[in-house]
Amino acid sequence: MQELTITRHNALIDPLLSIWSWQIPVYLFLGGLVAGIMIISGYFVLQGQYKKNVFSCFYLPHIALVLLSGGMGALFLDLEHKLYFWRLFTTFQVTAPMSWGSWLLMIVYPALWVNTLIRIPERYQGKVPIFDRWSAALNARPVLIKNIGIANMLLGTLLGMYTGVLLSSFGARPLWNSAMLWMLFLVSGLSAAAAFVHLITTDEYERELLAKADNAFLTLELFVFGGFITGLLTNSRVHKDAVHLLLDGPFAPYFWVLVIGMGVLLPLAIQLLAVNHKIKHTALAPLLVLAGGLALRFVIVFAGQFSRWS
Amino acid sequence: MARFGMAIDTVRCVGCMDCVVACKTENSVPEGFNRDWITTEVTGTFPTTHLEIRSERCNHCDDPPCVSCCPTGASHVHDLGAVVLVDADKCIGCKGCVASCPYGARFIHPDGYADKCTFCIHRVEQGLLPACVAVCPTHCMHFGDLDDPNSDVSTLLASRRHHVLLPDAGTKPRIYYLT
Amino acid sequence: MSTYSRRKFLKISAATVTVASGAAGAAGAAASAKAAAAPDKPSKRAAQGVQRIPTYCDICFWKCGAIASVRDGVLWKIEGNPEDPLSRGRLCPRGTGGIGAHFDPDRLKRPLIRKQERGQEVWAEVSWDEAFAYIATKMHAIKETYGPESVAMFAHGIGGNFLKHTLKAFGTPNFAAPSFAQCRGPRDVGFRLTFGEDVGSPERTDIKNAQCLVLIGSHLGENMHNSQVQEFAEAVGNGASIIVVDPRFSVAASKARHYLPIKPGTDLALLLAWMHVLVEEGLYDKEYVAAHGFGFDQFAARIASCTPEWAYPETGIDPAVIRETAREMARHRPATLVHPGRHATWYGDDTQRSRAVALLNALLGSWGHKGGFYAPSSMDVPGYPYPAYPKPAKPKLDNPGMRYPFAHEAISTGIREATITGAPYPIKAWFTYATNLIQALPNEDETIKAIKNLDLLVVVDVIPNEIAGWADVVLPEAVYLERFDDLNVELFREPFVALRQPVVDAPHGQKPNWWMAKKLAETLGLAQYYPWKDIEEYLDHRLTAAGMSLADLKTRGIVRGAPQPTVVEEGASLAFETPSGKIEFYSLQLEKAGFDPVPVYTRHAEGPPASFRLLFGRSPVHSFSRTQSNRILSDMMDENEVWLNADMARRMDLKSGDYVCLRNQDGVVSNRVRVKATERIRPDCVYMVHGFGHTARGLKHAFGKGASDSQLVTRYATDPLMGGTGMNVNFVTIEPEAARG
Repeated sequence: MQELTITRHNALIDPLLSIWSWQIPVYLFLGGLVAGIMIISGYFVLQGQYKKNVFSCFYLPHIALVLLSGGMGALFLDLEHKLYFWRLFTTFQVTAPMSWGSWLLMIVYPALWVNTLIRIPERYQGKVPIFDRWSAALNARPVLIKNIGIANMLLGTLLGMYTGVLLSSFGARPLWNSAMLWMLFLVSGLSAAAAFVHLITTDEYERELLAKADNAFLTLELFVFGGFITGLLTNSRVHKDAVHLLLDGPFAPYFWVLVIGMGVLLPLAIQLLAVNHKIKHTALAPLLVLAGGLALRFVIVFAGQFSRWS
Repeated sequence: MARFGMAIDTVRCVGCMDCVVACKTENSVPEGFNRDWITTEVTGTFPTTHLEIRSERCNHCDDPPCVSCCPTGASHVHDLGAVVLVDADKCIGCKGCVASCPYGARFIHPDGYADKCTFCIHRVEQGLLPACVAVCPTHCMHFGDLDDPNSDVSTLLASRRHHVLLPDAGTKPRIYYLT
Repeated sequence: MSTYSRRKFLKISAATVTVASGAAGAAGAAASAKAAAAPDKPSKRAAQGVQRIPTYCDICFWKCGAIASVRDGVLWKIEGNPEDPLSRGRLCPRGTGGIGAHFDPDRLKRPLIRKQERGQEVWAEVSWDEAFAYIATKMHAIKETYGPESVAMFAHGIGGNFLKHTLKAFGTPNFAAPSFAQCRGPRDVGFRLTFGEDVGSPERTDIKNAQCLVLIGSHLGENMHNSQVQEFAEAVGNGASIIVVDPRFSVAASKARHYLPIKPGTDLALLLAWMHVLVEEGLYDKEYVAAHGFGFDQFAARIASCTPEWAYPETGIDPAVIRETAREMARHRPATLVHPGRHATWYGDDTQRSRAVALLNALLGSWGHKGGFYAPSSMDVPGYPYPAYPKPAKPKLDNPGMRYPFAHEAISTGIREATITGAPYPIKAWFTYATNLIQALPNEDETIKAIKNLDLLVVVDVIPNEIAGWADVVLPEAVYLERFDDLNVELFREPFVALRQPVVDAPHGQKPNWWMAKKLAETLGLAQYYPWKDIEEYLDHRLTAAGMSLADLKTRGIVRGAPQPTVVEEGASLAFETPSGKIEFYSLQLEKAGFDPVPVYTRHAEGPPASFRLLFGRSPVHSFSRTQSNRILSDMMDENEVWLNADMARRMDLKSGDYVCLRNQDGVVSNRVRVKATERIRPDCVYMVHGFGHTARGLKHAFGKGASDSQLVTRYATDPLMGGTGMNVNFVTIEPEAARG
């Protein structure tokens, strides 16, 4: 029996850390989604699929730019000292993942933008002549285009990893302090991106391909979850306590029902049936995957704040 | 190079919160926030109860996660005494440092920047003790250079049993509690 | 050779004032104080940079010397004056947070006259002249019909001095402070009956030198009487043996070598058993007792039956522990201090209990010795030579016929009773100064009943507390940081005189007590009692008469006299102003008055089944019910909790933080209050910090936060010796918040 009384009462900290609200999970989700989209779109570019008009890689980088900006907007909304935002770009802090992330985003934007130049949508062609000229120049150099594809895949992977590393570097929050977190967020980002393409594509082949890929990502995600949980369960007391927040603590219903059940298992089952032609593809499975990805970020961000050393 | 730290005598401390009040007035800490606080830990069963009362604050860790996670360098280790400080003009209010501190020592000032104990560096520079140490009616708090073997804190640590908070968190805290 | 007699306390004249001794600190600190600036217009001092102005604190009655800092014309902080023997340069948390009183947005701002029924808290703001004219008209009418004696005043603290002066000039003898009959009265009477002197305030306890310190219900460290807490920590640090007797595991208990979790109400049995052991085992200071004691043999005979085994079923303390702790006390004597406590009004037999404490100290030889009770001294600063007061035609009425024969101060509840009954003569006007009678006196209904009999209730205060809510006229006072006050010339370890002076302006034109008192006297046609123009003239007159100057005090804040011998070890001698001239182990005065000449234990009534005895105490960050709206202090603690034994809480399915209501034996239900389920209290009682649960609507910030213990103190046991009101005789049951009607 131990009674602990603390007279501290700082807002956002006491009684439990609650510094991050919806903005950070949304930012992390959109960041992960964009990361996945960049990898998929980069892969398609590499594969030369950009030559097919119907294919999603045709408009994926454009959408990614919008989604990423949405995520950055959410992040900006979360900042408490907004007018000092520019300070991120007056320095590089080698030990701070957030500094790495800020600069990474500075490269992601041009990479996505160059990706958009590979195929300018018809209705925008001729609007900005210099873009058309650059686009033409790019298309005259297939090797360069392949490299743009590779760069998008690489940067997408880094971005996806970053969303996890950002949290896992907080040693004071045992739930986040897992080396599996970046993999979890990366795989989840990939599966969300696959679901997203599945959802928006009009091409049968692409849908089928992405559904299959998504099944692979979801299966992989289950294994990563296993690793994530096992890692924490076999760690120190504070890490055990932390993972119990998800397993049988206050966050368990959200974790098991929203994240695992409806976010992974159910869409995986639906899509397995669909790819095996037992049922038709519907929007349900990808929508569930996307919602599950968002729920994962919410659960991890919130439960992580509840986890602590004392 | 000095390395400032504190040795706080839990045997003498009565938990009166004078340190907290003095900090609030000295540093104009806004209402509803604390840079330091009192933790009371009760163990045992009545009447064989045991009580430890601690005046807690930023530990000015030797390995401060709040500094290493700061994306702008606003959180930094000051030249004088290796005190961990925040430069409000560089802080973007991302709250990463708040999350990174296992002691809950940081908060977001209503003006938007991360804030915390400064060891009253503005006083120390003038040769004064931090406000919490200077006010303590029980004289339970000692402040000084941990690297100087002859300092008040070093001699106390050499002669008295002591512990730090959350040693396993690996931050190498510099507030010691004498028991 | 100095003597130890009360009336012969050292009066240090200016000739012995030390000028050099370390005065550089305060002088240096105060160097930038603009002492020469016009004092009535502190705003003229407003300047850039930091100014440090010495003054003394008013958050409690300890009156520590302090230095306030004003930064760019705005009050910044307040710190202890290093020259001050009380604070030794370190204020307590309340003192440090005292600046919050200046900034308190809820404070009284302008004079108010009641517009509706009493207690409705509906007011009209009036000018000061209107307020005084209203008061004077009422007072004249009362004087016409009932005589000037029908005006009574209740005061707390030094700030009441001038108003008291005005009312004495008006012709009343009726002044009281709850600090006697509701607080330290029984203790002072018990010590007077034994040693011929009381322990005073600040108490003359040499805690820092004690090798063994016994605290009986005294929660040093939670009550923050500054010097005592500092010395307590010093004693703890020096490894003194601490013995704590308390139903609650107090902070002090956590420092103790021996913690005795006594059953509430049985302390006297323990004290008698301890004395029995000391006598039976011959451990007491035989030489001391032989030299200074009176009636020891009769005393010894009377306590012969009070064995630890006898005390065991009463107190619940193992006889072996009683013996062991008695021997521990004897081991360290005479440096064993059995602390007399302060708030001693517990069970109605408090004077006898305090006498037992005094006798235990006498057995240990601690009175007059290092580590025991020292002889205090004060500066000789003559009073102002006022004209003689008119002689009241009627005697004071708080203690008619000396019903309580040993009350040497006025009994506040006696005045209240007379106000209700109209006997021996009616009381028609009350003045209160800085005392919230609703929370300070037991049984709030009786207080309200008395108020309803009044033609005039004038409240002088800084915050709109409960008593102000019942007032006809409310006079808003400037807080201590905004005013001059009378000099602090108190008995302490060493003589000193301290000045309170304004540090900042009163924000809304609130006025100091001296100004109000003078203005009221002038309105009443008593201007001749205020020969001085303003308080500075008054202060300078007093200081000049003592060989000092106001200008000097304004810079230094404190002037110290030469230390005098305080204990036998330093050359002080012992003298006792009792009838026998000795320490009265057997009291003939008590016997003559029909009381027990040696304390006798009687069992106190238990509460109804499933009820808890209601105990209350202090928080280190609040003073009485005065500081809950101070934003700095409320930020430390803004509501109280009811402490409940953890095991009882489990059985009642309550956990820390749950809101409950307390219902006392008379059906009074408290405001909701959070449970603190803890291993720090016995299962038969609950504990609360006093001063919360405000019901005054003007206290916007503090209103309704926590519960008021005073509201639940509907019963009290009156001490037959001195009229004190024992308040720990109330019992409560705990019910869920929802059950509140």
